[in-house]
Amino acid sequence: MYDLQCENLTKRFGAFTAVDGVSLEIPGGSFFSILGPSGCGKTTLMRMIAGFEDPSSGDIKIKGRSVLGSPPNKRNVKMVFQHLALFPMMNVGENIAYGLRCRGASKADITRKVGAVLERIGLPDVAQKQIHQLSGGQKQRIAIARCMVLEPDVLLLDEPLGALDLKLRERMKIELKLLQHQFDTTFLYITHDQSEALVMSDHVAVMNAGKFEQIGTPQELYHNPRTAFVAGFVGDSNRWHGKVNRISNGEAEIVTSGGDTIVANCGASALSPGDSAEIFVRPDCIAFGGVRRETQNTLTGTVDSLLFNGANSRALVRIDSRELIEVAINGVDRSSPIKPGDPAHLNWAFADTQCFPAKER
Amino acid sequence: MLQKDAQRLSLLLLLTPFLLWILLLVVLPQLGIVGISLREKVGPRQFTFGLANYLAFVQEPIYWNTLLRTAVMSILVTFLALLVGFPVAYYIAKIAPYRSQTALFLLCLVPLWVSDLVRAFGWIVLLRETGLISGALQAIGIIKGPIELLYNDATVVVGLVYTVVLFMIVPLVSTLNGMDNSLLEAGHNLGGSRITVFRRIVVPYAMPGIVAGCIIVFMMTAGSYLTPILLGGKNSMWFTEQIYDQFITRYNWESGATFGVLLLAFTSFVVWLGLRLTGQKLATTVAKD
Amino acid sequence: MNVAALQSRAFRLIYKGYLVAFFAYLAAPLLAAGVFAFNDSQFPALPWNGFTLDWFFSDTEPKIGMFHDRRLMRGLQTSLYVGIIVSAMAVAVGTCNAFLFERRDFPFKSALFVLLVIPLVIPGVIIGISVLVFASMIANGVEQALGQDWSILRPGLTLVILGQFSFLTTITSLVIAARLRKFDISLEEAALNLGASRPRVLATVTLPFLAPALTAAFLVAFLVSFENFNTTLMLVGSDAPLTITMYDRMVKVGSTPVLNAVSLFLMVGSGILALLSVVLQRDKAPPGSAT
Repeated sequence: MYDLQCENLTKRFGAFTAVDGVSLEIPGGSFFSILGPSGCGKTTLMRMIAGFEDPSSGDIKIKGRSVLGSPPNKRNVKMVFQHLALFPMMNVGENIAYGLRCRGASKADITRKVGAVLERIGLPDVAQKQIHQLSGGQKQRIAIARCMVLEPDVLLLDEPLGALDLKLRERMKIELKLLQHQFDTTFLYITHDQSEALVMSDHVAVMNAGKFEQIGTPQELYHNPRTAFVAGFVGDSNRWHGKVNRISNGEAEIVTSGGDTIVANCGASALSPGDSAEIFVRPDCIAFGGVRRETQNTLTGTVDSLLFNGANSRALVRIDSRELIEVAINGVDRSSPIKPGDPAHLNWAFADTQCFPAKER
Repeated sequence: MLQKDAQRLSLLLLLTPFLLWILLLVVLPQLGIVGISLREKVGPRQFTFGLANYLAFVQEPIYWNTLLRTAVMSILVTFLALLVGFPVAYYIAKIAPYRSQTALFLLCLVPLWVSDLVRAFGWIVLLRETGLISGALQAIGIIKGPIELLYNDATVVVGLVYTVVLFMIVPLVSTLNGMDNSLLEAGHNLGGSRITVFRRIVVPYAMPGIVAGCIIVFMMTAGSYLTPILLGGKNSMWFTEQIYDQFITRYNWESGATFGVLLLAFTSFVVWLGLRLTGQKLATTVAKD
Repeated sequence: MNVAALQSRAFRLIYKGYLVAFFAYLAAPLLAAGVFAFNDSQFPALPWNGFTLDWFFSDTEPKIGMFHDRRLMRGLQTSLYVGIIVSAMAVAVGTCNAFLFERRDFPFKSALFVLLVIPLVIPGVIIGISVLVFASMIANGVEQALGQDWSILRPGLTLVILGQFSFLTTITSLVIAARLRKFDISLEEAALNLGASRPRVLATVTLPFLAPALTAAFLVAFLVSFENFNTTLMLVGSDAPLTITMYDRMVKVGSTPVLNAVSLFLMVGSGILALLSVVLQRDKAPPGSAT
């Protein structure tokens, strides 16, 4: 049983197609993210699910029942807005009670439920406070509580962390994940920030230009991107352009524009000799060292500079064909021998090298 | 679909009061006076259409002299209000420290809300023969007998500038407030003299405010009634007085309506000219505050 | 250093002097009108005969105070009556207009917006005569067609109210629209999403947000109506509002200190209302941030 299904959903504004034949199925109790750059149609998709836009074609089902005919205030999908949209003219308690009042719940019921949900989000004493007295993180939790008190089938979250500063955002990621476990409700989370999507989600759909590029677990997206867009958008990558020389056993030999030969895992991508291709390699797949094995790509060059960032430190290596490559290094290890100017031997597995047909340019 | 119908219905519900108001109380009445101005009385309760009223206006020098006088004095008052108001607005917006800025602005706003009648009355108390200034001058010994300071053009202009100058200052302050001081710094930094910076940077920046202020002030002055009548007396020769006279005293609505149309056409023309020359738009300049 | 400031000392002194002179110019007639309300004399002029409150409260001839002057009090009542009705109407229609122009799209929207603004730039006298003429045209038409006399369309309070309403609605529309523009539409969507019906959203979210602007618009409309002279003059019948009564007195009887008393009363009243509306229109800083 799926909590939310979209079938071939399309939305057109005049000649512009914002959402183009999107289908998705979200199993109950999971954390599902839609990841895409701004303008890719993810907000329109969410607004259709919430009922603020009517789809041009396709169907939306909640708990198996189509909701196309029902107005937004009759759907049991609740939404946390980008800027939270907490009502400034009401205090915290009234904000949370708003939906219950609309349902005509009794006073005693309302008091009990508001108390219970505040308890669950760990803010038991704020009911009488005004919205502007809360911190950013507290507002976030109140906005979620305001929806969760209504026990929705699906909770929609429209980039709710966007307005927070970096530190708080990191903390709220973890907190959101925990809250989702606690409420055991399906969360549909929209974001343009790949780290938010990867950290919190059970499944992620990567969206671009109104279409889903790939749906999968964060690990699948990271390690086995199925399109060039996904490979480029999820996680960091080194990227080359080249021409396919030879293909055998799902491996393509590609000559880059700099003249290096790289063997890539071309998997399902439809490449044939002579095609131009894009190659992606994650910095954390590349290692220093001269080892040469049959299944490894190797390049040589000089360390240009070090980008220190704790455990995420990188070295910039200028390879012999004058291109710069990012390589992950252990920045915490103080005995690290790598210094700018050092000669560098780089190697990484064929299997960690993704390649896709290059877009017409 | 049901929702579409509800949308259309609510649009209709919102449009109805607007259209009723704008048609019944603004558009049709204005057309009404145009209609009446084109009516000639040929006998008791008998009318034909024609331009006789306008002809009468052109043929009677007193009428068009009054309109011309009103226009010239209104332009003079507008210019003086800009001259008097700009330094004050500049001070409030750019020089005054933040705290006194708000206080000064409020100080300007409060008289704005006091009725014209009260303000004109204040001037009468000050300026008439037995008034404060005449009395004070006698007490010091500058003049021997009481002097009448009312009922001359200079007084009318001073009084009119007084009535409208605040409507000049308010839009000026809000435009100048938006100007970044770094613009001035850049101007000076690039070697501009104070006058160049003022002429090339401050004035162009303040232009929307200047235009908005001038339009409001000009329309208010040309349409004012109390100040010219009370301070200028019976011989003030103000055009609105003519309209009142024709309408209420002589009960000659045709001619009164003609004057009304002429005043409106004339002031609109001046405003249009002003907008045209400065490249501004009516809706954006007037509706801003 | 503030570069906007002027550098030469002499110039600065002159500038300061000019400002002082300007504010003196602003204050002088208001002070003159106000102070002589307290002079114990038959005329609002020097010499100063000592302080008195007679011009407000005395009920004996020859110094009848404004609060015992029957005609002035009638005028005050009429002004209040007209002001309250016309402001309520202008706020109601202004609210509709604000929603219409801020929220909806319809054909000829920008042209109609110009129409909405235009009453602000039509001289009051002309608004007065146009409403008078149009109402009389209808009344005459009705009389000829039906033989009935609709006296409601003849000069009188109804026409005064309609005439003032015709331009006050522009003011209230602009004030309310300015506030509505600042409204975050996602608040309404959030309320809908939480299950509220459209009317409920309006009552619990949108209107409470607009409340300060509605009050401010009402106050401004009331003030302008109360002080209006030009439009009212053309439309007034036997019941005259305060400004008309005061003008009549000024022209027919000449100035007496009771008019100073009325002036002071008007100044204080409008000052308070104006301040109130300014305070209401200012965006409230969160109370927590002040201390």
